[in-house]
Amino acid sequence: MARKTAVQRREDRRSLLFALPMLCFGVLLVALPLIYVLVTSLAASDGSGFTLANYRALLRADYLLVFANSLKLAFETTVICFIIGYPFAYCMARAPRRWKSLLMMLVIIPFWTSALVRIYGWKILLQANGPVNAVLRALGLIDKNIRFLGTYGSVLLAMVYCLISLMILPCHSAVDKMDFTLVEAARDLGSKPWRAFLTVTLPLTMPGILAGCVLVFVPSVGLFYLADVMGGGLVLVGNLIRDQLLKVRDWNVGSAMSMVLIVMSALFYLLYRKSGGSSGLGV
Amino acid sequence: MEDCLLSLRHIVKSFGEGNVLDDISLNVQRGEFVTLLGASGCGKTTTLRVISGLETPDEGQVVLGGRDVTLLPPESRPVNTVFQSYALFPHMSVEKNVAYGLRVRGMDKKLIAERVDEMLELVQMQEYRRRMPAQLSGGQRQRIAIARALAPEPELLLLDEPLGALDLQLRRQMQLELKRLQKKLGVTFIYITHDQEEAVSMSDRIAIMRGGKFEQVGTPEEIYDAPQTRYVAQFIGRSTILEGTAERVDGAVAVARNANGCFAVDAGRASLRAGEALELCVRTERMRASREPVPGFDLPGTVRETRYAGGSVLTYVVLADGTEVVASGEERMADAPQTGARVWLHWDAAQAAVIGGASHGA
Repeated sequence: MARKTAVQRREDRRSLLFALPMLCFGVLLVALPLIYVLVTSLAASDGSGFTLANYRALLRADYLLVFANSLKLAFETTVICFIIGYPFAYCMARAPRRWKSLLMMLVIIPFWTSALVRIYGWKILLQANGPVNAVLRALGLIDKNIRFLGTYGSVLLAMVYCLISLMILPCHSAVDKMDFTLVEAARDLGSKPWRAFLTVTLPLTMPGILAGCVLVFVPSVGLFYLADVMGGGLVLVGNLIRDQLLKVRDWNVGSAMSMVLIVMSALFYLLYRKSGGSSGLGV
Repeated sequence: MEDCLLSLRHIVKSFGEGNVLDDISLNVQRGEFVTLLGASGCGKTTTLRVISGLETPDEGQVVLGGRDVTLLPPESRPVNTVFQSYALFPHMSVEKNVAYGLRVRGMDKKLIAERVDEMLELVQMQEYRRRMPAQLSGGQRQRIAIARALAPEPELLLLDEPLGALDLQLRRQMQLELKRLQKKLGVTFIYITHDQEEAVSMSDRIAIMRGGKFEQVGTPEEIYDAPQTRYVAQFIGRSTILEGTAERVDGAVAVARNANGCFAVDAGRASLRAGEALELCVRTERMRASREPVPGFDLPGTVRETRYAGGSVLTYVVLADGTEVVASGEERMADAPQTGARVWLHWDAAQAAVIGGASHGA
């Protein structure tokens, strides 16, 4: 790397000055609490110094199963978000101007309402004598009401519903930024439309897709209140941590669980960066 | 038209308001270099897109090699395009870009490699095969875009202002290379430019477009020497257009008169009748300003200024009604008439064209 000139050093110092408020914010609200959690996770429960016992306590079959379930749910959520979100984002980016803003509103407006409130909305829609069952019955598709609530599917639905905009936005921005002359060039050179999509559009919008996957996957590993609201007793990492902290009141093991979750999320982010993702998550 | 490769028949295309292409027809011979020339927004690019299949015309037919391809998608036409912005795939190496058209056609891997080698050699870019487009200069990208478009051996190559983004020197060099390439491969080129010099020096035929129509289609010489419309006369080269009324027609020579005086017109080329109004196009490099009247001409004026233009002197002459005419001829400033001097304009009548030629006024 080239040695920095005096001017560059001065500019570096100046930009550091602008970064200072954010830095204070970060240290105070992110770094310090994290360090506190880390220290707690390493502290012995009887206050006799540092130990790895809290982490060893996690190596129980039932706990591992909870982690596995959380990862599975997060993975499925991400895949479904992609399958629905990418085509939506694509159409949104390619739509005529006046449609574009309408579609964008549809994606953003739900952000303005609490996710919890919206999930209760779904609960009402899906309950045994709720509108969804009523419609299905009226259409003659079913004889008896279907039990939606409490199923794994209902949790998945809630997860996708809450997180899909995080997939749509980066995908939309990637498709929007793409130069569609390239697709025309591909067609001109003999590609059928689907082939042009696979060889040009998809690879060129991959950064947006990866960003969307990280943005959906990472929070969905830790989300637990959706499973709670939908019912069915699905236990996820989040439930486990909350129970450790608030019910069992074992702060040390709870902190160890939190650390594992944080490290996992960080690993996914690193994986994303390694695969060529941009630090701005493409938004 | 025994070897007609492409035939556009009464193409109409509009995007909402007004026709972008307004009933255009054109025949292109196999191996020909045809240039579409016109100001921006005249429909050149749309014409190209209709030919390549990226746009479907509202009316009319596109016939390629005797087959009606009007409704065929671009991938099914033996036509490739060199896009104005090059449109190289940024996520593929030079090699992959050139191979793209062959790969999607399912060509054998070994044959693809050979063809790519051949193409890269043709544009002298062999040593850049592993580079990404972002690592190439404008001229290099240009070459790759051409190699990529030629690789699938199209019958017709469309080039949309391929040299527009290059600086003047590189432009001149690429003009020569392109022309050489076209001769060597015998591929039919349809070329878009708004640079009239480029069009004149490269083309077998030029189609001058304006407002979605062809103003004139002809060889560069025809267009230069016998412009059909005033627009064409002004668009190509520098010239003065003199209006007048034919007075006497004496066999091959006529005399036309206007407010500034009279001048000789080659009546043979224009089949003039006495009393007819006409517009005469005199190229600046053929317009002379003499210190004495010349037989057949009586267009006196005053020299406003003289300017040296490298190899010749431009004399700006103001005529009686205030019209300004640029004449040239003298090689050195010392030989040129002085500012304020009285001069008489004249030219070789055989080298000045009545606009519209034989069909004028019809």
